[in-house]
Amino acid sequence: MTVIVAPKAAPAKSVAKDDSMLKQKEMMAAHFDRLTSSGETGAKVCNTFVPGNLNELIMCFDLLNNLPEVNAIQSGLRRQSGAYVLEAEKIGHSEDVCTYVKSDIGMMAKGNIGPNGKRMPDPNVLLLSYTGCFTFMKWFELLREQYKCETIMLHTPYMGDGKITPNMIQYMVKQLKEEVIPTLERVSGVKFDIDRLREYLKRSVKAEDDLVKVLQAAKTKPSPIDAYFGGIYYIGPMFGAFRGTEDAVEYYKFLRAEVEDRVAKGLGPVTPDGDMGKEKYRLVVEGPPNYTNFRQFWKMFYDEGAVVVASSYTKVGGVYDLGFRHDPDNPLETLAEYCLGVYTNRNLPQRIDMLANYIDEYEADGLLINSIKSCNSFSAGQLLIMREVEKRTGKPAAFVESDLVDPRYFSAANIKNRLESYFQMIEQKRAGASAAA
Amino acid sequence: MKTFVGIDLGSTTTKAVLLDDNSNVIGRGITNSRSNYATAARVAGQEAKVDGQFTLFRRALRGTGKLTTQLDDFLGALERAFRLEQFVDQLADLEQTCLGYIQGDRFKTMEAGIKDAVGEIFNRLRSEAPDLYAPGAKRKSDFFRDIAGSRYHIHAEEVARAATLPYDLLINLYDKSIIEVENRPPKGDLSDKFRRALARVLKTEPSIQSSAAVVQKTIEDTLAIDLEETYLVGTGYGRVTLPFSKEHIRSEILCHGLGAHMMYPNTRTVLDIGGQDTKGIQVDASGIVENFQMNDRCAAGCGRYLGYIADEMNMGLHELGPMAMKSDKPARINSTCTVFAGAELRDRLSLGEKREDILAGLHRAIILRAISIISRSGGVTNEFTFTGGVAKNEAAVRELRKLIKENYGDVVINIDPESIYTGALGAAEFARRAHLGQADGSAQ
Repeated sequence: MTVIVAPKAAPAKSVAKDDSMLKQKEMMAAHFDRLTSSGETGAKVCNTFVPGNLNELIMCFDLLNNLPEVNAIQSGLRRQSGAYVLEAEKIGHSEDVCTYVKSDIGMMAKGNIGPNGKRMPDPNVLLLSYTGCFTFMKWFELLREQYKCETIMLHTPYMGDGKITPNMIQYMVKQLKEEVIPTLERVSGVKFDIDRLREYLKRSVKAEDDLVKVLQAAKTKPSPIDAYFGGIYYIGPMFGAFRGTEDAVEYYKFLRAEVEDRVAKGLGPVTPDGDMGKEKYRLVVEGPPNYTNFRQFWKMFYDEGAVVVASSYTKVGGVYDLGFRHDPDNPLETLAEYCLGVYTNRNLPQRIDMLANYIDEYEADGLLINSIKSCNSFSAGQLLIMREVEKRTGKPAAFVESDLVDPRYFSAANIKNRLESYFQMIEQKRAGASAAA
Repeated sequence: MKTFVGIDLGSTTTKAVLLDDNSNVIGRGITNSRSNYATAARVAGQEAKVDGQFTLFRRALRGTGKLTTQLDDFLGALERAFRLEQFVDQLADLEQTCLGYIQGDRFKTMEAGIKDAVGEIFNRLRSEAPDLYAPGAKRKSDFFRDIAGSRYHIHAEEVARAATLPYDLLINLYDKSIIEVENRPPKGDLSDKFRRALARVLKTEPSIQSSAAVVQKTIEDTLAIDLEETYLVGTGYGRVTLPFSKEHIRSEILCHGLGAHMMYPNTRTVLDIGGQDTKGIQVDASGIVENFQMNDRCAAGCGRYLGYIADEMNMGLHELGPMAMKSDKPARINSTCTVFAGAELRDRLSLGEKREDILAGLHRAIILRAISIISRSGGVTNEFTFTGGVAKNEAAVRELRKLIKENYGDVVINIDPESIYTGALGAAEFARRAHLGQADGSAQ
């Protein structure tokens, strides 16, 4: 009998990628080139954040959108964030500070070199669209100190009661009219044209429709996509500097066709190791992923036949699958509504509803929470969310911990151990349920 | 007969449990996890089999009606003799390995001298071996490495001095060889070792002479029963990979949950404090895990914390609990960081605080951390079972009882003296179920 065996080392493999992923890579490379060549082209730069990202508005002023979180993610994926975090700590930022912030600060301190190996531009304006993450405010305070540039704050009221009121919209539109737009006009020297905004918003709607179709394709069995690890690629253009562009419209059309083709062929998701084997577990995941060991983390799922069918993280830059679309007929109001609805601006009962509904609608086996050490916006309340979702769905939940881009907080053996336990727990539950039926 | 083996690879020790096909425990074995998990698993499995043999001897001898009042004494003597046989066999292996390393430039001028010295050290080890296994003798540990190592060092020092040979060379030989010897399971046929052990007992225990023939036949008949390893399930924390093929692995969390359920069927909450992790587990009425929480990013407040404190205080791990129990005024220590605790300990000792008060404070700190993990897993429901190495520590148990009562009221708290085997027990039951075709491990 085979029982006690010596461990074997796995041979290195090349990484499999979808065509859409390659297409996106080209788009991102072109964007980083636009940013790093802004010195020569004279383009002006606006730094802003993913949740509440007003890309269509920013484009109205011919500004280039630079997203510090995306830069931190890129540094994490390329294994540079560890050194950046240490650099930021050397400057005086505490160990407990959000590691996106520290990666960004460290990157600036080390010459601000972007993923294309060239220097990232200094921003001309910081547009803080505040949607529930307090750290963002502190982050831009630090950047303002560094760059001595204009800073705009658009305040999004928290959805404490779980609904958007006309007052909230008015409050935000007033800020857009009186603060945000005039400042952007002054910084850019471009006059605001509301029809230009409407045109961008029309393109946003097309891309949003396709993105929702892609994400909802995960309701199929087997799921053609992984809506967390793969999902992070799918949201890239939408949450970044492409929403409202023709590039994004094309990308999402292409992606949707690719995914629909997989559905037609009954295929599962593409993983870095190629097609995933048999789908054994369908999960809903709450919380951001870890970027320093992204592939290793993903592998722990697909090696066991676990696919993520829905996730909350793919809603941080906008919640579209619950029905919201940008409305070109009410351009400023729709920007307000968009900011109000992003995941981090929703209250705990809304987050619980969303996750519990995902479990039902996507016929998932349970909820997994990846709790991020340095992200209070996400982590606060996650244990309560977990218990409540468990209670409401009767499906098992589990909790793992890691960090965004600080490699010191990814303990592979521990996480693997928890995940494997969780998968076996699901197996046992199923056996118990089928025996009772 | 069919047996089902569960092996729990821990960071410090590896445990094995042998079940029969009615889920009765027939043997338990434990060994140090050393640097080779596959060997640790084999050795623990073999130890459980040895223990299983004793269970079968007991059952069979009881059936003969002989040795009624002397049965425990006889089995005790047989076990000591068996351990002695095994120890002597391993000594021989260690000696040969040491001799094999005496070559090369380092030994050029003194090869013969070193060989003689090694021979002398092992002669001394062999001659004192029976005393180590005499009735009532206290051993620092039951693991070969610990027993042989401590004695080898003492003899090597004396022999080196007398023969004016470099002590460090002798120690270096030992260090190289012990790893090799430890990483192969003890050689030799188990039945032969039992026979030699029996012969030794019959020679030294005249009181059982009258039953010698029956005893001998019973032992022979029992040895003829093949303890067939029908299915094995491994669990534990092999860091990267466990030395078992995939279908033979179950999660340690599920194993602990099921093991605790088998010991106490009404268990709903399990706390396990092991060497490097603390688990809070909720199980349902059939032992299926409902939720769990563990320390993820840091092993503060786990069993190794106490090991470190024991080293700092120059005490044995098992002495900490009794000393802490003497305290009626525990120091307030909040940090469960092992490194900080060491500093705090030295600081407080220098301020003249009593050792027992500091130790009681440290025990409380560990349990406070465990309570927080339990809360995260969903709190304590009746009944509560405490397992793992730390469950053997009375001071930790005292603090736990206090804190559970404060936080959750009167809850039944179960602590089994064999709780260190909880994970292995669950694994063995999974093995039994897997053999019955329930690959998912369900009881149905």
